[in-house]
Amino acid sequence: MPDTADSRVSGEGLVDAHILQELRSIVGERGLISSPEGLHTYECDGLTNFRVMPRAVLLPTSTEQVQAIVRLCHREKIPFVARGSGTGLSGGALPVENGLVISLARMNHILEVDFLNARVIVEPGVINLDVTGRVQPQEYFYAPDPSSQSVCSIGGNVAENSGGAHCLKYGFTTTHVLGLEVVLPDGSLVHLGGKTLDTPGYDLAGVFVGSEGTLGIATKVILRIVKRPECIRTLLAAFPSTNEAGAAVSGIIAAGMLPAAIEMMDNLAIQAAEAAVHANYPNCGGLLLVELDGPSAEVEALMTHVNEICLSNGAWEIRVAQSDAERALVWKGRKAAFAAMGRISPNYIVQDGVIPRTALPQVMSEIARLSQETGLRVANVFHAGDGNLHPLVLYDRRIPGQEKAAEALSFKILELCIAAGGSITGEHGVGEEKKKMMSKMFAEPDLDTMQRVRCAFDPLQLSNPTKVFPTTRLCGEKPGEYVPHPLESAGIAERF
Amino acid sequence: MDAAIKSQSAAIHSPFCSSIIALLGPEHVRPASPADAVSGVRPKLVVDPGTEKELAEVLRLSNEAGLAVIPRGGGTKLRWGNPPSRADLILSTARLDEIIEHAWADLTVTVQAGCTIQRLQETLAQHGQRLALDPLWPEKTTVGGVLSTNDSGGLRLRFGALRDLIIGVTIALPDGTLASSGGKVVKNVAGYDLPKLVTGALGTLGVITRAVFRLHPLPRNTVSLSIPTSHVDETQRFVHAVQDSKLAHAALQSRFSGETQPISDILFEGTEVGLAAQETQLRNLSGLPSLSKTASVWTARQDLWGFSDPESTAIAKVTILPSNLARMIELFERTANASQLRWRALIYATGIGWLRLEGAVEPLHRALGLLRRELEGQGGSLVLLHRPQKMPEFDAWGNAGDSLPLQRAVKQRLDPKSTLNPGRFGGGI
Repeated sequence: MPDTADSRVSGEGLVDAHILQELRSIVGERGLISSPEGLHTYECDGLTNFRVMPRAVLLPTSTEQVQAIVRLCHREKIPFVARGSGTGLSGGALPVENGLVISLARMNHILEVDFLNARVIVEPGVINLDVTGRVQPQEYFYAPDPSSQSVCSIGGNVAENSGGAHCLKYGFTTTHVLGLEVVLPDGSLVHLGGKTLDTPGYDLAGVFVGSEGTLGIATKVILRIVKRPECIRTLLAAFPSTNEAGAAVSGIIAAGMLPAAIEMMDNLAIQAAEAAVHANYPNCGGLLLVELDGPSAEVEALMTHVNEICLSNGAWEIRVAQSDAERALVWKGRKAAFAAMGRISPNYIVQDGVIPRTALPQVMSEIARLSQETGLRVANVFHAGDGNLHPLVLYDRRIPGQEKAAEALSFKILELCIAAGGSITGEHGVGEEKKKMMSKMFAEPDLDTMQRVRCAFDPLQLSNPTKVFPTTRLCGEKPGEYVPHPLESAGIAERF
Repeated sequence: MDAAIKSQSAAIHSPFCSSIIALLGPEHVRPASPADAVSGVRPKLVVDPGTEKELAEVLRLSNEAGLAVIPRGGGTKLRWGNPPSRADLILSTARLDEIIEHAWADLTVTVQAGCTIQRLQETLAQHGQRLALDPLWPEKTTVGGVLSTNDSGGLRLRFGALRDLIIGVTIALPDGTLASSGGKVVKNVAGYDLPKLVTGALGTLGVITRAVFRLHPLPRNTVSLSIPTSHVDETQRFVHAVQDSKLAHAALQSRFSGETQPISDILFEGTEVGLAAQETQLRNLSGLPSLSKTASVWTARQDLWGFSDPESTAIAKVTILPSNLARMIELFERTANASQLRWRALIYATGIGWLRLEGAVEPLHRALGLLRRELEGQGGSLVLLHRPQKMPEFDAWGNAGDSLPLQRAVKQRLDPKSTLNPGRFGGGI
């Protein structure tokens, strides 16, 4: 079988005029983009420093059309990349050269809303926030809330296993996806999971969610919705530095509380958010945002306790949002933090490393040291409850060499995360950007085992073939023997 | 010497066995006894490795020799799934029982597969924490066993299933690979989510050697309330009213049988003031009948296994849509009555439940087939967990759906020679 690495990207599987004509007959004139100016929009996703021009973009409107496109790709060995809203931050939707982009944007219908069972069935192009919009009148919501939730699609969320500030309590996309209709890379259709729980068989829905488009294309998604809590309280606490704020977080967790969200921002991030949306944050070294939700009596009792913990850890100002409007403003500042960097720096790189919460002070001081060494400013915004860091490395592309230096610094921060026992990505995905870091986090047999699973789904490796893994594995190959990871041999890391 | 003993004796003297003994020492390799049989299929050897590397090596040697391997933890659920089509070795995880790291300040634990759930919980409780899971027989059941069978109880409503609690796993594959995925942090999307793949796979893809879990604090206080209802329609209305309310209950189950009225039980956890408020709120839910404080209702699931005659009892896990609760209970009752079977059912608000049927073998078999068709027709399932040995053949799993070829492909990639638990999983895997 000619399933060599090269054939996946170039050589075989070229999209010629005949193929374009066949594609046009599947999706119609309006469903095909092949002009250079039309393709321009699709050459990158939210990670804009990687750009590849696809050969064509397809905009199917039905599962059958997706199947027909993928069958053709399989027959002709043409690589394809599925795309939702294109807001991903790791280059997961970056096109493959000479390949196709399959945009699910026109498959954007909410197909079923079932309040009796708290389920919603959607097409992949439905916007995250629109699910909540639809069920809000009955006081339900869709829990995963990535900062881009007003524009990002459910299909993209499924691919990336998106999180958000409230996943500390409510879990990630994978927690809320119960079933999927998937077009496999050979064009066949399968149903994974379902409306009921624990469908017999392997949990392939669990494997598919977060596989970054490498296992096929989801064409329907069964979601779980959650009843809105009776009461939500949001507290802002100003600390001298992130160390004291971090100690308060540990105190809250140690006291046996599970807040809906705990977010932290350092001074640079606060300045940027203030400049952008005037959230009226106190100007401090470390700002903590704690949100508790649940039954009123419970929340009020615990809020008093959170207040005490913040005070005893050196908070010099504590505010509780007194209205929905105040709460919305508090969150607006946090959710706008990335984009707000534009106010204080011409360019920035955002990373997504995760550390065990307890490693925060040590990792923060390392980041500060690296920042000083390189002369590049680093703003820090975290999901502090679960140790998900979002260091923003600020730089100016016009200064020669600075972009490279910023990239190098951001990867050094990820290495700090790995050394602390954490992960290179908590919610943005590996994509194109971080695939080289995978072999620093995982040993060869770990990656090889994952690739064997990939081979079961996509033996020809046509579905987003160049992402996630640092090297491609030919699906005919025999797996290799166990080789200890370099970190493991050095006694730095255990088998995780 | 009868044939069985001869074959046992041959097994223990084989070159394969010598290499296993050389690896583990003679005290950790023994011939299997009748008590080691799995659903009537008797293996030849019981092997007890002391490290994850040893376990992987035993697996590799077995795979090379073409032997079938049955991984075993506490042995409490060995009858789940179909009888194995072959069984040569019991691969015990009993000695892999170390709690490697309880990172209490990070709310995670790394534990080897052979550790019992009870011992794990006792260790976690020293720092006021728990694995928020209430499996069957916690004193015997192991981390690996609970994961492989995806066994969860009432707390799942609030804290999720094992798939939501496991954050990292190491598995041994039949070719001797030890592979890890996930990690030690709760939030992590690097690479494929193999912890979920092996959860509920009944040990057919790899042998779990260690797992990492996210933890929850132990509750400050708890209160359990029981609510009798006069009819299944009323039970369903009550369950839906609670689910559709703003109560923050940790568990909600309903118990049914041919002999008694339905009873629903609800569990709250929290501060004292919070619990009092929730109880008041529950009482205020419109149209609610009387309720009383209870204890010890949360062993109801395990109590289903307290039957008198295993040869006239079948127990199945059933899944339904919560909106079908009343209809399905009526179906259970009708079917049981028509076949002169006694029945009991326990259904959680998640739509996962357990059904026990008792009576003669033939009607049991017939009733199970009929119920499975009805449940599958409603998008649910019936998975048989306990059956009389004499009952005619009945696939434990039911319809594997249109993803069966894909499931087989995954199996083929990880265990191409079908070394692990052959035949015990759905679709003949």
